[in-house]
Amino acid sequence: MTAFLLKRFMQSLVLLVIVSIIGFIVLNLIPGGPMAQYGLDPGMTQQDIARLEEQLGLNRPLWVQYFDWAWRLLQGDWGTSFRDGNPVLTVIGRHIFATLLLMGSSTVIAVAIGTWIGIRGATHRYSAFDYVATVGAMIALSIPTFWFGLIGIYVFALELGWLPAGNMYTIGDGSILNYLHHLIMPSVVLALVHIAIWSRFMRSSTLDAMNQEFVKTARAKGVSERRVIMKHVVGNALLPMITLAGVQLPSILTGALVTETVFTWPGMGRLFLDSLGYSDYPVVMGLLMFSAILTIAGNLIADIVVALVDPRIRLA
Amino acid sequence: MTALAAHLERSHWWQSRVVRRFLNHRLALPGLVMISLLTIACVVGPYLLPFDSLYIDLRARFSPPLTGQHFLGTDPLGRDIAARLLMAGRTSLLVGFFAMVLSVLVGTIVGVVAGYRGGWINAVLMRTVDGFLSFPSIFLLLALAAALKPSPAFITVIIAVTSWMEVARIVEAEVRSLREREFVLAGRMLGLRGAHIMFREILPNAVGPIIVAATLTVARAILMEAYISFLGYGIQPPLPSWGNMLNGAQQYLASAPWLAIIPGVAITIAVTSFNFIGDGLRDALDVRDDHV
Repeated sequence: MTAFLLKRFMQSLVLLVIVSIIGFIVLNLIPGGPMAQYGLDPGMTQQDIARLEEQLGLNRPLWVQYFDWAWRLLQGDWGTSFRDGNPVLTVIGRHIFATLLLMGSSTVIAVAIGTWIGIRGATHRYSAFDYVATVGAMIALSIPTFWFGLIGIYVFALELGWLPAGNMYTIGDGSILNYLHHLIMPSVVLALVHIAIWSRFMRSSTLDAMNQEFVKTARAKGVSERRVIMKHVVGNALLPMITLAGVQLPSILTGALVTETVFTWPGMGRLFLDSLGYSDYPVVMGLLMFSAILTIAGNLIADIVVALVDPRIRLA
Repeated sequence: MTALAAHLERSHWWQSRVVRRFLNHRLALPGLVMISLLTIACVVGPYLLPFDSLYIDLRARFSPPLTGQHFLGTDPLGRDIAARLLMAGRTSLLVGFFAMVLSVLVGTIVGVVAGYRGGWINAVLMRTVDGFLSFPSIFLLLALAAALKPSPAFITVIIAVTSWMEVARIVEAEVRSLREREFVLAGRMLGLRGAHIMFREILPNAVGPIIVAATLTVARAILMEAYISFLGYGIQPPLPSWGNMLNGAQQYLASAPWLAIIPGVAITIAVTSFNFIGDGLRDALDVRDDHV
């Protein structure tokens, strides 16, 4: 187990280095590099910028700059926002709760519905239900999330008036119920694609589990079909799903960004777009790196959980 | 002998097993028909419509669909939506197609080299693939699109930058399993160059999975273009794309919902078609099904 953990941990560290190199390249692709913002200021002459670059060490070789940048990243110094002068990590910290709330609730929805569809599709293979679920999943994967959000707003907020069209709460009403009311539509919209992905994986994973020897043994012992599925199949079929949850993180974050934009949800995605609009590159870079690190951490945690639950992986 | 000759003469490519299985697939054919119709409409349609996609008519602003000569209505500047939708389709389909070509090219080269060479070359290339997959693609796309000047060609390139990894992974796994086969050994014993073995001997055996991945990559690229153009960082007006037709549609959602509904339906139809075709090809070409 220790060897497995150590190896997996080292892999994540290597990945982190690679991700930081990609991030650094993106940062330097911005015309004018990190000084782009000041270049737009008419009060700054070319000499001023050259002097600032000298002071900030931007005239050093790129690899020296990279190590400097990465070292400061490690120490938690992610720069300060051009927009309000706050440290980048503080700015991200202010928006992280809203995003986690949205991602969390939509993941719960996706897992619950997707698991159910997947198991039913596998146990009733080639039935009408299975066929509709398969085609439905493929169509759901093809619908742009933001467009689904717009249609949702049009139907449920503007025409029917059942749900709010955006924001996280009504100003002046801090009750949990009010939060929940605002949470329903964005989390369902974000969940759609992941219900599709989850149900497809759960279906094939359940089918794999149903063909295992221990399932045949259980059936041969005379265990009822319902019990076979619930006790022997589902537990094993869910194992690969833990890995999938980790792998899906970047795609959930992508969905969160557009969902937050459509529903004016004050999370990290919204912050990313606002910062882009203000050319607030430190925050943009910060969010880019933060989301990648979140993904790597998520995958690491998922693998550790699987190893803890499944002795076959731990011992291999 | 004559029977065999006659049989051989009769077996054209469209009678092959792959084509037959593809055509018998319940989703592939509808997908192929839908995308063909859509493509023909986008190519021919603009010449048949009475309006130019850029013709502004402020007297006819916000005409709902099926009013006057405007079959799908007009936008806030009174431009004909049907004409814009078809012109936008040209942009979106072309961006999707060329982004796919680039992704498949890069993904295939990376995958073949990584899979065949193995060792530290494999480690470096495949960890780079993992690195790119760690970023939420839209964050990377937007950061690149905002940093550099957006032109349709550039948008195509950055979409490819964020979508070559899936192909690379598929090809790498395929090549790694083919590397130890006898024909590769034979090639080495004949003294063939590495590049020849990789691209002339091994690669043709991995064409099936690449075709499937390519089809799904078109679907993905069209979606990605829609996402970033909707957010205002993709294809820039006046050139219409399905994504940028939706940009700004939200503020008119109550008064002119067709502005939001119509382009979204077009995107969904196009992407669904490619996903259906990809599914049909996967079954027809016998590609193992371990991706969604």
